[in-house]
Amino acid sequence: MRVTKSIALASAGLLLATSLAAAQSTEIRIGVPLEPPALDPTAGAAEAIDVVVYQNVFEGLTRIDENGAVQPGLASSWTISDDGLTYRFSLNQGVTFHDGTSFEAEDVKFTFDRILAEDSVNAQKALYSSIADVSVIDPATVEFTLSQPDELFLFNIGRGDAVIVAPESADNNASMPIGTGPFAFLQWDRGSRVILEQYGPYWGEKPALTKASYVFIGDTGAMTNALLAGDIDGTYNFAAEALPIFESNPQFQVLVGTTEGETILSTNNAKPPFDQLEVRQAMAHAINRDEIVEGATYGFGVPIGSHFAPHHPYYLDLTGTYPFDPERARELLAEAGFPDGFSATLKLPPVAYARLSGQIIASEFAQVGIDLELINMEWAPWLEDVFANKDFDLTIISHVAPFDIGIYANPDYYFGYDNPQVQALNEELNATTDEARRKELAQELQTIIAQDAVNGFLFELAQTGVWNAKLEGMWKNAPVEGVVLRDIRWVE
Amino acid sequence: MSSRRILAHPGLVVGLTATAGFALLALVSLFWTPYPIGEVSIARRFALPSAEHWLGTDQLGRDMLSLVMSGTLTSFTVGSMAVVIGVGIGVPLGLAAAIYGGLVEWLVLRFSDLTFAFPAVVIAILIATLMGPGASNAIIAIGIFNVPVFAQVARGGTLTVSTLDFVGAARLAGLSRIGIAWRHLLPNIMSLIIVQGTIQLSLGILAEAGLSYIGLGTQPPETSLGLMLRDAQSLFLIHPSLSLVPGLAIVIIVIALNIAGDGLRDVLDPRLRSRRRADAAR
Amino acid sequence: MTNYILRRILGFLVTLLVAAAVIFFLLDLLPGDPARFILGINASPEAVAALRQQMGLDSPALARFGSWLMGMVQGDFGHSQTQRLPVAQLIADRMAVTLPLTLFAMVISVAVGLPLGILAARHRGKATDTGLMILAQVGVAIPNFWFGMLLTLAFAVSLRWLPTGGFSPWAEDPAAALRSLVLPSLALALPQAAILARVMRTALVDVSSQDYIRTARAKGMTFGEAMWRHGVRNALLPVLTILGLQFAFLIAGTIIVENVFYLPGLGRLIYTAINERDLVLVRSATIILVLAVSLTMLVVDLAYGLVDPRLREKSR
Repeated sequence: MRVTKSIALASAGLLLATSLAAAQSTEIRIGVPLEPPALDPTAGAAEAIDVVVYQNVFEGLTRIDENGAVQPGLASSWTISDDGLTYRFSLNQGVTFHDGTSFEAEDVKFTFDRILAEDSVNAQKALYSSIADVSVIDPATVEFTLSQPDELFLFNIGRGDAVIVAPESADNNASMPIGTGPFAFLQWDRGSRVILEQYGPYWGEKPALTKASYVFIGDTGAMTNALLAGDIDGTYNFAAEALPIFESNPQFQVLVGTTEGETILSTNNAKPPFDQLEVRQAMAHAINRDEIVEGATYGFGVPIGSHFAPHHPYYLDLTGTYPFDPERARELLAEAGFPDGFSATLKLPPVAYARLSGQIIASEFAQVGIDLELINMEWAPWLEDVFANKDFDLTIISHVAPFDIGIYANPDYYFGYDNPQVQALNEELNATTDEARRKELAQELQTIIAQDAVNGFLFELAQTGVWNAKLEGMWKNAPVEGVVLRDIRWVE
Repeated sequence: MSSRRILAHPGLVVGLTATAGFALLALVSLFWTPYPIGEVSIARRFALPSAEHWLGTDQLGRDMLSLVMSGTLTSFTVGSMAVVIGVGIGVPLGLAAAIYGGLVEWLVLRFSDLTFAFPAVVIAILIATLMGPGASNAIIAIGIFNVPVFAQVARGGTLTVSTLDFVGAARLAGLSRIGIAWRHLLPNIMSLIIVQGTIQLSLGILAEAGLSYIGLGTQPPETSLGLMLRDAQSLFLIHPSLSLVPGLAIVIIVIALNIAGDGLRDVLDPRLRSRRRADAAR
Repeated sequence: MTNYILRRILGFLVTLLVAAAVIFFLLDLLPGDPARFILGINASPEAVAALRQQMGLDSPALARFGSWLMGMVQGDFGHSQTQRLPVAQLIADRMAVTLPLTLFAMVISVAVGLPLGILAARHRGKATDTGLMILAQVGVAIPNFWFGMLLTLAFAVSLRWLPTGGFSPWAEDPAAALRSLVLPSLALALPQAAILARVMRTALVDVSSQDYIRTARAKGMTFGEAMWRHGVRNALLPVLTILGLQFAFLIAGTIIVENVFYLPGLGRLIYTAINERDLVLVRSATIILVLAVSLTMLVVDLAYGLVDPRLREKSR
């Protein structure tokens, strides 16, 4: 009986607590499926790091906006030399780090020297390899010299991997992140949540929120319950299968946006029988894209026919290149010397879209005689087997880097596609600054890899956020990883 | 034991009947299921129960009845193979410890302590991670923890039995220790082992469900009751039947096994009833 | 006696050493490179190599085993490779959740299980007994992640009496911390209570046929008095043994319930560390658990040995 009584008492206390929270309305609690192992975005690839700190705690010289466009960040403006090799940035004045030290050009140089150093552990070091030199002109001006033109340079320095850190605090950023952003790190209850609070002396426009907690909830069912019970105010990308619960509930809003994630049936092009064009074409014909989009993403994914994001201005719709046609697939297999089909393995990383797509594809391929053995793996062995050792036949993975068609020009990349024509086109694309010509080249690349059926092109992942209906200012799209707090506010 | 003694025990009858029913369903799935379990059809997913699909279909449009049949088979297989591992290694160890005593016994007891001292869940996760997730590795991860359980049951049972008159008589008649163990001790502790076996079987089925929940048990396209339950977890509020069907199946099977185990204990050998750590060994 | 204690302590040390070796080399076999896991899909080989060196993964296994053991002997459990904090601190933080959770679950299971077991034994063979034992069967049979979810739906989502999960640190708001442990403890306690009820009932039924109960009754005590004075006390021994085992099981076995209620407990710490290949953390955390459990068993054994000299003759 004592138990019942204490529950009743406890519930009274809880009701009180929730009504207080509602009255303040400058705090937010966001559900996050994965806890970051550390909070330094320049020394780890975990998406969860950027989700918490990107543009909140840390800022870069530029910043990426909701639609993927480059905006001024810590650099108020910049000039680019005619040859595209020299970038001169003017830095904002009066900017301080959260520990009170001031932000100056030296910090920029320190940040990039650290990224490019011999013993650097920056996960995206390769993105910054075109930087030949960073020099401090004066405390408010810094100049970058590139070894070759790089159209994505301004975008890349706006990513979480290149946020500006201070020499005084950089070593401790993993557990005690100190940046220049509108929110300062307050506390991290390991295994439970990270709390940020508004940074008073922030140099830019003050955000509406004063406090933000990121609550780590790994279980989809638990996240659903937490949303329904009001224990969290929203989550930025929720499991599609659970969305119907919230779509019909007026207390919630479901935001459907885009990501940069091309989800593909990655094919080991260097390994027989996948080195044969007919085999890859047969697989492309055996894929029922609509069924996969419906089954694996509940219709939220956008079908793709090549490795390019549908919302990008250079996008070319190539979904019709190899339409779903099991008959044609069997013919092509016979032509390739596999009249009875063949067996292969499909190694799947631990993400819902891959596991579901895998089961559907296995069922579809069985109809044309390709017998797939599904091998479900954890991340660590998947990365090692598939990515590092290229020991795989097929896998399903979403490539979330923006504008990453260049991976098809790297013959050492894990799917082993080696096409000199693609490599030449990509080189030209990188060196071209003329917009129209760039578009032409990008579309030519899309077409070639679609026709070569390099990989099975499935869908572009959608971003499906669930938020309290009284919140506004959340990013709908995910051009980069992050849950940016600056514009989020409560409205009545 | 006579059939009358079985029938006189209603719990045993209910337990055995229900267990046999599910076991039959599972065995049939070896040869036939209403639909192939790998047959995905998004167009017909989340179908309600109908003449074509008695229990409806799941999120991939697979027939729920077929999945339950096949899933029951996997759950039973994992549980019972884990028991086989436990019996196969644990019983000889327990017998040896009881018969030889001394160093042998010390070693067996230390091994037992060692296994109990390891956090079972952590080790099961480690083994499953090490060998890659899947039903066969779940068997090993669960089976290892059955070994000390059966070793203790065998050792304890043997110690009790070996003080009985007929063992002394056999010893006087000049039978070797192994002979005594084989001819007299093993048959006498068999009932204990069977009882413990039903309990470990039910625990194994629950353990498989737990491993499946954290993603390290049975892997698609295979299925198990635990995996079905896990896959349906996030859909509970929209499609509760996907979760209720495998959930209730697990509950019923485990209860049936436990009732059968209790009944068997009463019927097989009431004398040895008090010696059991059965319930404790989870 | 001294001999017995020495043998028992020797056994304890051997267990620890073997456990340490098993854990260390088992983890060395895990597939997947910790450094690559941290740096992810686009990391350059140089960055991975640099991190591997920083993490000390390049030296030979035996040397790493040796330095790990030496560190632990000196009380240094090492630093987590992914979280870059001392393992001892990480574990202490999680213990603040897991230990109370385990204790609450045990208290609830005793408070519910024992009376029900006594009640069932008292009405042995009657409808109450049957009903309670069926309930106990159900309690054991429900997978705990499923039961946890049903509890949440009922008490957190529908009634909103309690939070769906999460944990606020004790120092911040003890009442909130307590509230967030109610549902998880209930989920954990259910099967344990059911087991205890069954064990208690069986033990009492066994005891009730013993001579001393008959004697007591012959002396004119009612059955209830006789059971209360002699029976319950004697039946508690098997119950205590089981409680000890349950504690050992729960302290690391709460991972599934921690997941359902997103609690920052020890189980989830180790599970995440396994996934992230944080080998130092997994090793040290596991060995600390082994140490705790073996130490408990050692103390219990020695206590038994002191109380009951027959035991050390017979079973050890």
